[in-house]
Amino acid sequence: MTGLDVTARGLAGSPAFLLGLRRLFTPRNAFVAVVLAVIGYLAAVPLVYLLVGTFSGDGGFSLSAFGRAYGGNAQAGQMMVNSLVFSLGSGALALVVGTALAYVQVRTDAPFKGLLFAASMVPLIVPGVLYATAWIFLGDPQIGLLNTLVSQPLLGTSLVDIYTLPGMIWVEGTHMAPLAFLLMVGAFRAMDPSLEESAAMSGARPLTVLLRVTLPLVRPALIAAGLLMFVRSLESFEVPTLLGLNKGIYVFTSRIYFELRSYPIDYGAAGAYALSLLAIAVAGVLLSNYMNRNARSYQTISGKAFRPRTVELGGARRWVGGATVLYFLLAVVLPVVVLVYASLLKYYRGPSLEALREMSLDNYREAFASANAVTALRNSLILAIGAATLVMFITSVASWLVVRTKVPGRRLIDALSFTPLVIPGLVLGLSLLFVYLRTPLPVYGTLLILLIAFSTKNIPYGMQYASSSMRQISMELEESATVFGASWWTTFRRVLLPLASSGILAGWVYIVIVSFRELSSAILIYSPGNEVISILIWQQFENGSFTVLAAIGVVMIAILTALVLLANRLGARVGLQQGA
Amino acid sequence: MLTVTDLVKTFDGTPAKKRGAGGDDQPEQRVLAVDGNSFTLEPGEMFTLLGPSGCGKTTTLRCIAGLERPDGGQISVGEKVFFDSSRRVNVPPQDRGLGMVFQSYAIWPHLTVFKNVAFPLEAMSRRTRPDREEIRRRVTEALEATELGAYVDRSATALSGGQQQRLALARALVVRPSLMLLDEPLSNLDAKLRETMRFELKRLQRELGLTSVYVTHDQTEALALSSRVAVMNAGKIVQIGKPREIYEQPASRFVADFIGATNFVSGSVLESRDGRYRVDAGIGELWATATRPLVAGDQVVLSLRPETIALSTEPFGPATPNQWSGEVVNRAFLGDSVDHVVRIGTRELRNRSNPAQSIAEGTRVHLCIPPENITIVPAA
Repeated sequence: MTGLDVTARGLAGSPAFLLGLRRLFTPRNAFVAVVLAVIGYLAAVPLVYLLVGTFSGDGGFSLSAFGRAYGGNAQAGQMMVNSLVFSLGSGALALVVGTALAYVQVRTDAPFKGLLFAASMVPLIVPGVLYATAWIFLGDPQIGLLNTLVSQPLLGTSLVDIYTLPGMIWVEGTHMAPLAFLLMVGAFRAMDPSLEESAAMSGARPLTVLLRVTLPLVRPALIAAGLLMFVRSLESFEVPTLLGLNKGIYVFTSRIYFELRSYPIDYGAAGAYALSLLAIAVAGVLLSNYMNRNARSYQTISGKAFRPRTVELGGARRWVGGATVLYFLLAVVLPVVVLVYASLLKYYRGPSLEALREMSLDNYREAFASANAVTALRNSLILAIGAATLVMFITSVASWLVVRTKVPGRRLIDALSFTPLVIPGLVLGLSLLFVYLRTPLPVYGTLLILLIAFSTKNIPYGMQYASSSMRQISMELEESATVFGASWWTTFRRVLLPLASSGILAGWVYIVIVSFRELSSAILIYSPGNEVISILIWQQFENGSFTVLAAIGVVMIAILTALVLLANRLGARVGLQQGA
Repeated sequence: MLTVTDLVKTFDGTPAKKRGAGGDDQPEQRVLAVDGNSFTLEPGEMFTLLGPSGCGKTTTLRCIAGLERPDGGQISVGEKVFFDSSRRVNVPPQDRGLGMVFQSYAIWPHLTVFKNVAFPLEAMSRRTRPDREEIRRRVTEALEATELGAYVDRSATALSGGQQQRLALARALVVRPSLMLLDEPLSNLDAKLRETMRFELKRLQRELGLTSVYVTHDQTEALALSSRVAVMNAGKIVQIGKPREIYEQPASRFVADFIGATNFVSGSVLESRDGRYRVDAGIGELWATATRPLVAGDQVVLSLRPETIALSTEPFGPATPNQWSGEVVNRAFLGDSVDHVVRIGTRELRNRSNPAQSIAEGTRVHLCIPPENITIVPAA
């Protein structure tokens, strides 16, 4: 018997050790362990499998997957260039448009500003796959309405070609602009208006104020929004895949997709593309953090209720108002109207008397006559509600740990819960394939794999909603409950959860909405019979049944609109409301 | 110098959410923030707008600055008309050539100390802008005047609260404005620093002969700094006068109450003799002074400042007017003074005296107040 054993047994026998053990197994610590395990499992395991799957080959570590992906094909270089041009272009377009509109909204007296808030809902209620399809209806060189109704009669030739890089940039950029708009509205609103007023009092003209004070002050927000737009468009799947297909313009995401669609399937090469994409996205986030390292000293938020002085536009007012309306027409009205129009036709064509005569609801009938559509709709709802509930439950405990406690490992929880933010949906799907094709767990081929995908993807958003509402609850409210003898679980359940409930509900509704329309993380892992509604739309596209697609799309938009309205009713700030 | 006539400013009072609900014939609710005020400043004067929060003092200042568009009235500096509702004149703030110090300082965090001060000069039109050398000279001069010379190249956010305050002042001074507007410039500083900056401000204002409008809710600040004070309440100027006048002869109960601590005693006028009035005040008869004529039978309120009440354990001489006796019911030591609460019959009066005088609770005491220290304010 060694001395060590003696000490160990001596310790184990001592009451202090037992007490210590019992202290370790409090309900609180059990919760911490469970939450850490779940988040770790969801966020880290797929990445590990992706790395292992990509770098293994020939019975050991190997770079052969990268060789197959990039070696000896000129396409790969072109694909990288396309990716960067596409992402930079649509990111820049979204940022410029979004920032300009946000400035108009917050700081000027332009008319029709209410339209901008309606427009800000577009990315939520019109998913990328529908937005891209709508722009095909509008900008196809042969049948696009912009060509048949405007360009050909006026110029005798088709001016608009949506199947080009500029076309893809336009569609992706305008689809993302509302996101940039919302971020910049927040930044402009949080800015102390006296910083601009003092510039006016110093004799600076409005343009000088804008260029030398306003824009430099929102620079951190601009950088953050710009990089977010860049990463988002880099990760975007629907738009570049649907529009680039026609002329063979590939980007990372569409390359991964087609790699898995051609036989023999090369998981390794797809993994190599996915890792490159991930690396660029992470680099983007790191760069943004680096550029904003001094942002703290820029803090212009003083917690005061600001009544910003609006810039009087004078003669420019009607032009700015006109531009607002034009933007609203182009980005919102036109795509939605064309979808509704297409959904009523037998096959897609420009409006004419004949087309008008054959309009019917047949597409709707056909789409929802099949059991498939009903199942897909039901699956979408189950998954949306399931993922939202799971995520909000995990993140409300996790955010409490991160915000409120000094538990060791809370930073790890925080970091882990935000990693899915940089994982593109398609890469997440691929990683899950790596996991569940190689483990005997009965997950692949069921709805469960989709639930895991949707939950993982939304953990960062759930965390954001939950932790911001946790932060708003004064520490003293929690402490006073403890002082009055409440246990940790009672305090959490009876004090914290009710107080944070509006934020948690808001997060829940948000996740329901985005999961209902999720496509990119589902496209690689669904199996027949487990389709969701957006997969159904994708399949219609591949079948070439554009008008049926439009019908399903219109129904989907209607459901999403109802959800968003309901969300705003419930006080969840999905998007942003006027005066909010 | 500055003339403000019949200034009116209203704000939309309806909450943003209900706006545009349409259909209902409810008239739009407007909140009257500034209610027909007029005043004139002499050159070199430090004019203070004093009042509780929400009284319209900052709104008045912002109207002068051009940051708010008034609904009515005129504003002019010298010959220049800045705003005239009847002639539809409204000069934008950047063309008024005024200096302003904001409550939050509004120091630009992305610029250095030097760049902050140089901004107003650099923002001038090409025609009037001084050259680089001149800008450097004037910025240095302004920074020297505010004792910030050592911090020229610092980032503006690296400065302490008091230094940021001085930086805001330097920035407003650098263009040598005809009129300086100060919006609660000291309210974000801690008590000690506030006192130091108060003297600093007064020194600068004297040395540079600045004409300024100063907004504050702090009566001590207003009394210490101002040439004249305008006390505001609910959008209206209720009294304009020199600090001593405002303190010693408040025109209304509001002014007496808002400025300094005071005891209010109500009563009715019995007779008038030699410009003084004999008032039945319930605790006995009092001789008091009034700023406007009264007749017997008028209901009035008397304002008795605590520090004007003399307290003694011995009776005062028989010739002393306004004399009663009572019992000390409470005593508080405040460091530089001692407060006693004395009960006379059913009334309680607060006295403030030298800390050397401290009388135990339960002691019988005698009080007196000179008639010139009792001000009669209108009962309303």
